[in-house]
Amino acid sequence: MEFLHGWMPAFMVLATIAGVLLAAVAMSWLFRALLVWVLPGEGSKVMRSAPLTASFGLFVIILYALAGIFAPWVAPYGESEVIASSFAPADDKMLLGADQLGRDMFSRVIFGARNTVGIALIATSLAFLMGATAGLIAATRGGWMDQILGRFADVIMSIPSLIFSLLLLSIFGTSAFVLIVIIAVIYAPRVFRLTRAVSGDVVVMDYIEAARLRGEGLWYLIRKEILPNSKAPLIAEFGLEFCFVFLLIAGLSFLGLGIQPPTADWGSMVRDNATLISFGEITPLIPAAAISLLTVAVNFVVDWMLYRSSGLKD
Amino acid sequence: MLDVFSIVAKRLGFGLITLLVISLIIFIAVELLPGDIAQAVLGQGATESNLAALRAELGLNDPAPMRYFNWLKGAVVGDFGVSLVSKESVTDSITPRFVNTLMLALYAAVIAVPVAISLGVLVALFRNTLFDRIANVLTFTSISSPEFFLGYILILYFSVKTGWFPSIATVSPEMPLFERLERTFLPALTLVLVVVAHMMRMTRAAIINLLASPYIEMAKLKGTPAWKVIVRHALPNSWAPIINVVALNLAYLVTGVVLVEVVFVYPGIGQLLVDAVSKRDFPVVQACSLIFAATFILLNLAADVGSILTNPRLRHPK
Repeated sequence: MEFLHGWMPAFMVLATIAGVLLAAVAMSWLFRALLVWVLPGEGSKVMRSAPLTASFGLFVIILYALAGIFAPWVAPYGESEVIASSFAPADDKMLLGADQLGRDMFSRVIFGARNTVGIALIATSLAFLMGATAGLIAATRGGWMDQILGRFADVIMSIPSLIFSLLLLSIFGTSAFVLIVIIAVIYAPRVFRLTRAVSGDVVVMDYIEAARLRGEGLWYLIRKEILPNSKAPLIAEFGLEFCFVFLLIAGLSFLGLGIQPPTADWGSMVRDNATLISFGEITPLIPAAAISLLTVAVNFVVDWMLYRSSGLKD
Repeated sequence: MLDVFSIVAKRLGFGLITLLVISLIIFIAVELLPGDIAQAVLGQGATESNLAALRAELGLNDPAPMRYFNWLKGAVVGDFGVSLVSKESVTDSITPRFVNTLMLALYAAVIAVPVAISLGVLVALFRNTLFDRIANVLTFTSISSPEFFLGYILILYFSVKTGWFPSIATVSPEMPLFERLERTFLPALTLVLVVVAHMMRMTRAAIINLLASPYIEMAKLKGTPAWKVIVRHALPNSWAPIINVVALNLAYLVTGVVLVEVVFVYPGIGQLLVDAVSKRDFPVVQACSLIFAATFILLNLAADVGSILTNPRLRHPK
């Protein structure tokens, strides 16, 4: 009996996983049907052929965006408002109980959607701005500039990103601004590589030659000729980079070196409430689950976009 | 054979240059500190006299290039100076922890590599079935989860609820191997979950990439069973990408342990690095960064060399 007793949680876990998967399948099917019905012409056609994973991803992303944008209205309490004793259990006023300082856990999870995702989005956009600009310039100009930028990207990419960001954070301190800049610098080379490769294929086309002969400038070439023709892989890359950046920020915050208190943030929430896990509570896992859910969702959508743009039909 | 050696030697030389540039970056990064190390250490309590004393002690009065060469000279023979916080030799505190980290990574790798490759072959064989779809969703979930999420789930179910394994991985050098393996099982399993998912996806992709080739078509047409097409015909040609992925994931293992070590309070080099970063103990941060970067580059090199050796076309260039 003792032995069986030990196995029960394992069965429970398997049953829960199966249940969650089934519920997710049903929900994504409904959401896809809704989108097919609501969206006009072209969008409806695209959604009809979308796999369930993609519609699940879209649903989660929209949900997070709404939670992030409307956080102050959705959350019952403020993000740093102390309303109970520390680690107070859940009741009808606090859905998930209180955290280590007696703040409402549920409200902080909602605000985390704004803070954690927001900072990750800003950092990714900055990395994209730098990396893509450098990549486009390197591809169109070529020559020594291309070489120098390329070697520079090689070196930065050969240092593991977590280690590099730890090194830089130890020097420049931990503020949101520093965090964003450091992460953008670390991830820009990856964007540069891809942009360089994609636009490198476009640059050799005849219509670019024609535009050059017309006497168009560098900026025109990039904006009107190259960018529109390398849009699809770049958007997919944005999604992928966002996942990496998001996980890195979550990891750094978990280590206490990312987003600083009292800002509600998923990574540091896991760390601060980790003691509850040794009492068998799952509340500290909820912000962590929020992180992986969003990453999975973005990955699903990116996967679908890559599949569509590559025209692979295996 | 001579060509292989020259290719490998070229790669090695390239890796060495990269490492040198990285050491320069690590050194310059600390130089960028507003003020200097002495000011950062003393902070508010800095006076003219103790600043000057600390600068003399740390050798900060030498010009930067000279300090770089001294630091590099020390690093090559394994001397990274003394810690600013504990005043102990950095090398002495790093060595046992680095051994621990390598053991954990090795433990995870020994489980992960065979499991990942065989599962990858299986999903390639059963591609586009329900099994493949479920595997796809599960591996995506595993890749997308932060390591600490997986780690805490494992702690919750395998330690708190069932009591099968300890949640805190304390190890000591004199511990017998079996006990050590049991204590570090959960951190190793966390790493395995992340790495297996990634390797499995890449193995599947590498095999499926080949399935459109004419010789696979031929094998199918002559009536070879599906598993034999994969194992005998597709697999040998996908070794190069698979070896690449394995080496890259081992590189990931060595750096990805940082978060796992913190979750399980494992006395490894990752935790040392995190502590040093929050205490701003720069010699330790520099040493750990350099070691991590060197391991990372070494494994990347191994990936390159491995894919050369398994590819006859690269082994015998015309």
